[in-house]
Amino acid sequence: MITAPPPVHVKKNYLNEKTGLKSWLLTSDHKRIAILYLIVVTGFFALGGIFAGLIRLELATPAGDLFESNQYNKIFTMHGIIMVFFFLIPSIPAILGNFLIPMMIGAKDLAFPRINLLSWYIYMLGGVFTLYVLFTGGVDTGWTFYTPFSSSYSNGYVVAAGLGIFINGFSAILTGLNFIVTIHRMRAPGLTWFRLPLFVWAHYATSAIQILGTPVIAVTLFLLVLERGLHIGFFDPAYGGDPVLFQHLFWFYSHPAVYIMILPSMGVISEVISTFSSKKPFGYTFIAFSSVAIAVFGFLVWGHHLFVAGQSIYAGLVFSVLSYVVAIPSAIKVFNWAATMYKGQIRMETPMLYAIGFIGLFTVGGLTGVVLASLGMDVHLTDTYFVIAHFHYVMVGGALLGYLSGLHFWWPKMFGKMYSDVWSKVSAVLVFAGFNLTFGPQFLLGYMGMPRRYHVYPPEFQVFNVLSSAGASVLGLGLLLPAVYLTWSLKYGEDAPPNPWGATGLEWQTQSPPISENFEVTPVVTHEAYDYSTVQEVVHIG
Amino acid sequence: MASQVVPHEHEVTTLKHHFANDEQQKDASTIGMWVFLVTEIMFFGGLFLAYFAYRQAYPAAFASASNKTNLWLGAANTTVLICSSLTMAMAVHSASVGKRKLLVAFLVLTLMLGGIFLGVKAYEYHDKWVHHEVPGYHFDCEGCDDAGHAPLFFSLYFGMTGLHATHMLVGFVILVILIFQSAKGKYTAKWYTPIEMFGLYWHFVDIVWIFLFPLLYLIDRSKTGLK
Repeated sequence: MITAPPPVHVKKNYLNEKTGLKSWLLTSDHKRIAILYLIVVTGFFALGGIFAGLIRLELATPAGDLFESNQYNKIFTMHGIIMVFFFLIPSIPAILGNFLIPMMIGAKDLAFPRINLLSWYIYMLGGVFTLYVLFTGGVDTGWTFYTPFSSSYSNGYVVAAGLGIFINGFSAILTGLNFIVTIHRMRAPGLTWFRLPLFVWAHYATSAIQILGTPVIAVTLFLLVLERGLHIGFFDPAYGGDPVLFQHLFWFYSHPAVYIMILPSMGVISEVISTFSSKKPFGYTFIAFSSVAIAVFGFLVWGHHLFVAGQSIYAGLVFSVLSYVVAIPSAIKVFNWAATMYKGQIRMETPMLYAIGFIGLFTVGGLTGVVLASLGMDVHLTDTYFVIAHFHYVMVGGALLGYLSGLHFWWPKMFGKMYSDVWSKVSAVLVFAGFNLTFGPQFLLGYMGMPRRYHVYPPEFQVFNVLSSAGASVLGLGLLLPAVYLTWSLKYGEDAPPNPWGATGLEWQTQSPPISENFEVTPVVTHEAYDYSTVQEVVHIG
Repeated sequence: MASQVVPHEHEVTTLKHHFANDEQQKDASTIGMWVFLVTEIMFFGGLFLAYFAYRQAYPAAFASASNKTNLWLGAANTTVLICSSLTMAMAVHSASVGKRKLLVAFLVLTLMLGGIFLGVKAYEYHDKWVHHEVPGYHFDCEGCDDAGHAPLFFSLYFGMTGLHATHMLVGFVILVILIFQSAKGKYTAKWYTPIEMFGLYWHFVDIVWIFLFPLLYLIDRSKTGLK
């Protein structure tokens, strides 16, 4: 006799409540929009990664065997544009922030759900422009678009690339605007500012930078397009303009943009370190206000990109000092994370491994930034691989590891599935080791004088370049693994309990994955964040 | 017999599901609009910075080139735009007291004044084209000092007024939509948030012009007199 299997009870949640492509493409649910971002941002990350791979492949030998100079210029430009504007800037805010901020503050959605969806479509439109540039011949200016090369001499598709980033910027602006209004007006009863999770504080500071900084890059690219497309000159000396003005306007946004990338990561790390130490973060208010301080000081340091661009020596001195100052709030965070772990009950789960990796790599990235902020050193190191290594330690070692930590931390909440413990830990170790092997040698290359943006170099630099390329393949493998086991977990992973890590945030008090409205009943908050005495038990032991 | 409280029709249609009450929803819209205007200030800010940097560096070029602008048309347009802000404010007030016909009338007046502004602006642009005062296209600034840098003034003139006019055009389109919606009775004294938010936008665009007019038209007029 054949008995039918017992009916599997599938809980109603935001993923299965409605089905069909239309229910996704026209959704106004912040959680579904986060998934839409996750899919596309991951695609752009893979694309940017392929370009990185091509760069490392070319640099494995001193001769230019694979590409001509012009092709190489286009490859590193596309790598920069895609990674900065289409991966790093949207990654944590648009995916994790979108998903989690309403849940963390006990709201049903962001303040403007339709604007949230609009920002995804704007991102897609910007992406289409960038892909158009990619498939029609690329752009060779570097991601910085310095004039007058970009406006008068470049043979690439500067106007289309500029418009792509211009459009993409409005997506970031709208996301930031949505977060600010949501955090101000949508908090659950009893959730005061100083009961907010540090992730929310970090995103508030990030949003402030996004709404204040992004319009400036937008108008800068608008002027660039006017100069290149219509010959209405602003920067080219042939039209009476000054190229240094472009650099000022560009870096007024693009330096704070570094904090758009790193601050959300710091928010993730604050949550993860606290959870896996089962301990309230050391110095909650200091961590919260250091995010705000980074946002404020971040706007006052752009001139350190212009030390050798003909800016006055006095301006250089001021920018140098201010750049030292911005290291202080970053250091506060690192010390506070370390103090949080001190005497905590540390559990080495995958998100924690990534978080500890973040602290190590970000510290190296931050301290080498202090080296570059000193005027004398910077003259020697400008445009060398030292700079490349420094900002990859911040953007990859910092921002990317924070993103991976957060993705692993909240994956069970987002999809209701647990992933492989073993493979995820292998991935965390491979990423950390591969990253250091890739970018560690580049500090030495830069110090020895190897300039960035060349595909041919003297043979004596080859040892370090081979090490770097070898590291890149390890890093690539480490990054490929999550794509496999996370996707695998969607179908085969065991079901996640509501709170697998023993964390305290409101998002862990609802089912995994959550229902469309997030909570059955709007929660009322009666105590501070990170009160681990209220957590019942840790369900998942990895 | 159990009776169920049926919410008023407007509450059903205007309160979105994720807000707790009308007040929270109104607050969210208002803060959102102000934050948006902050981004707009930064957007124009880049151009203002470029203006100040270049005017500081090349005062003679800017002073003489600004005499090429048409002072009287600029002044007339300033008046037109200030009047349109008045009619817009009256429209918001009409909406708040629930006078539908007055609301539509003031919105139409605002639209007309905006149209006049854009028409005059188009005429000025045409004039500049005819007189070879568009940078990059047979540019010839007759009688300008420091001719090497004079084009910068006109680049900024077109960049700043062009961006401003683009904002006017966007406002123009939204106004048309609001007029149709108002005529159909979409906005009531209880809920007229879009009218109020658009009012903020319109005043902002007006204020930008209040800064642009003296910066572009009035430099050095005290020396050269009115012409």
